[in-house]
Amino acid sequence: MMMIFGYPAPLMFGQLLLGLINGAFYALLSLGLAVIFGMLNIVNFAHGALFMLGAFVAWGMLYYLGINYWWALLLAPIVVGAFGVVLEKLLISRLYKLDHVYGLLLTFGLALIIEGLARNEFGSSGMPYAIPRQLQGAVNLGFMFLPIYRGWVVVAAAVMCLATWLVIEKTSLGATLRAATENAPLVQAFGVNVPRMITLTYAGGAALAAFAGVLAAPIYSVNPNMGANFIIVVFAVVVIGGMGSILGSVVTGFGLGVIEGMTKVFYPQGSATVIFVVMVIVLLARPAGLFGKSA
Amino acid sequence: MSLSRRTLLGTAAAAATTVPLIGRARAQAGQTIKIGVLNDQSGPYRDTGGITSVLCSKLAVQEFAAKGFNVEVISADHQNKPDVGASIARQWFDRDGVDMILDVPNSGVALAVASVAKEKNKLHVNVGAASADLTGKSCAPSVISWCYDTVMLAKSTGGAIVKAGGDSWFFITADYAFGHRLQDDTSEIVTKSGGKVAGSVAYPFPGTTDFSSFLLQAQSSGAKVLGLANAGADTVNSIKQAKEFGISMKVAAMLMFITDVNALGLDVAQGLNLTESFYWDLNDRTRAFTKRVVKVSPDNWPNMIHAGCYSGTLHFLKAVTDMGVAEAKKSGTAIAERMKKMPTEDDAFGAGRIREDGRGIFKSYLFEVKKPSESKAKWDYYKTVATTPAEEAWRPLNEGGCYYVKS
Repeated sequence: MMMIFGYPAPLMFGQLLLGLINGAFYALLSLGLAVIFGMLNIVNFAHGALFMLGAFVAWGMLYYLGINYWWALLLAPIVVGAFGVVLEKLLISRLYKLDHVYGLLLTFGLALIIEGLARNEFGSSGMPYAIPRQLQGAVNLGFMFLPIYRGWVVVAAAVMCLATWLVIEKTSLGATLRAATENAPLVQAFGVNVPRMITLTYAGGAALAAFAGVLAAPIYSVNPNMGANFIIVVFAVVVIGGMGSILGSVVTGFGLGVIEGMTKVFYPQGSATVIFVVMVIVLLARPAGLFGKSA
Repeated sequence: MSLSRRTLLGTAAAAATTVPLIGRARAQAGQTIKIGVLNDQSGPYRDTGGITSVLCSKLAVQEFAAKGFNVEVISADHQNKPDVGASIARQWFDRDGVDMILDVPNSGVALAVASVAKEKNKLHVNVGAASADLTGKSCAPSVISWCYDTVMLAKSTGGAIVKAGGDSWFFITADYAFGHRLQDDTSEIVTKSGGKVAGSVAYPFPGTTDFSSFLLQAQSSGAKVLGLANAGADTVNSIKQAKEFGISMKVAAMLMFITDVNALGLDVAQGLNLTESFYWDLNDRTRAFTKRVVKVSPDNWPNMIHAGCYSGTLHFLKAVTDMGVAEAKKSGTAIAERMKKMPTEDDAFGAGRIREDGRGIFKSYLFEVKKPSESKAKWDYYKTVATTPAEEAWRPLNEGGCYYVKS
């Protein structure tokens, strides 16, 4: 059998693929964070809670209303996005003129409240959510057994990342959005409703988190702590990629997933720490992050 | 852009170390016995212990209806952090006049709390933590371990699986005191019964949600049995993902509770073997007890930890009544000795006893999880495969290495 660094090659290929799968979640989540930070300058600590809400909305739709996974994939982001509109209008929009730390504290507090309420209502063991029938089963790739659903996650995440990037970089809507970030009064003078645009951007970021949540529901148990497990890692991804950089967060998300996956083979105990080690090294070498513009 | 990365990271770090919330204790009255239930109320072990443990302790207090003294039950969340647990324990013993600390799941926290109890000569009745070290090399005269431990789990589940032909094992282990203890104790049983351990991988706890990488490593080891030396949500995720990745090994969930089976769903959990010392549907008395618990905890039915909190509280109050409140308050060791002298008797576990090293001695049951078609109602999950008599279920007294036990 072919060996790589003393490990059987099939095992290594398998780990590489698994790293990409986990990276897909990192990329999707950090993408939403980067969009919100890039456009609103808000550090959205509630992102993990919105991710969790997405999964719970999907579970609730199935359990109470019989709505299947595919509809949930469309509807849950809309529901959570609407919730994002409420949050932005009621609370977050009041903080734009204040120091960023206030936004951070507000969203962190919101995350604690949302997760606490969910824990109170649903406990912490989690709720079962089955893989949709069409995506059950697995294919034998020779070097590993790939569950079809995991493959679907990578494809769905990649498509969603690409679409978001296209909207922001290549459409006139995206151009207006970017212009509004640079100089809001000027853009407003052209007759664009900037506050509404900002609200919709936050809603869009929330919807991305919820989309990731629905994707995650069949893999992990739907559980109130699921977002908290991800959020710190995802912040590290955003910092490494360069805060506010969309391309940076996507590339870094997938890349760090792979690095983490490899660590699980060579030194499993360190797999929770390796991302932060990378973060320290990147910050020492490139303080603005890999894709960030230095201030 | 005025937000610096330093501010972001600093605030994130500060947010990660939130201050523990401690249930306020009222000023102490002379004739009040105070029980402090210390466990995980917000993390992965919330449902296996958590608020249901508190409710079960209160149920015992209510049913015992102490004469001549008051009983108060307070509780706190240790967040699975040994330093948080130890500082709450100190505050409870020193300032709030707590006489007994109950539950304390998470062996890392339990060992820290046990050493505080030992230092202060106060009673700790541990129910939630699995490490057999609590009555072995880290034993203390004022510490009791109630209704399960890693050796008992290893003997029952491990022994049964090796006997059924599962003679080569690979472990996926939570990287802290409990996981390593459970892996070592199970390995010992496996090797003693003629099997072998092909390898193991330790993953960071808490915070790991994806086990697929470790599962592939287990698969490629060629072992027949996948030993899960973890608990709670981690076990649930491991089993779910093993099924997803078509892992063809026999899964041995070394520690699993009925609450975990409920979270997995019978579709995924069916056929698994697991060991508990309590199940609600064992006999009329356990059913009657469960009925009383479900009245106050309708969504979370009692597992062996919850039942243990009930049983431990009851036995403690019997001992306090027997020796008098004033004497009981003086010394944790004295009250522990009294509890060891008296046989235990309650609806949840029937008759039992506490051995001189602090080990609770009860029957243990090997269960198999039912198929969906066999389950008649919600929570109707187990078939009893084997019952181990109380005197055979545990590590022999002379093998534990507890320093104050004279052999």
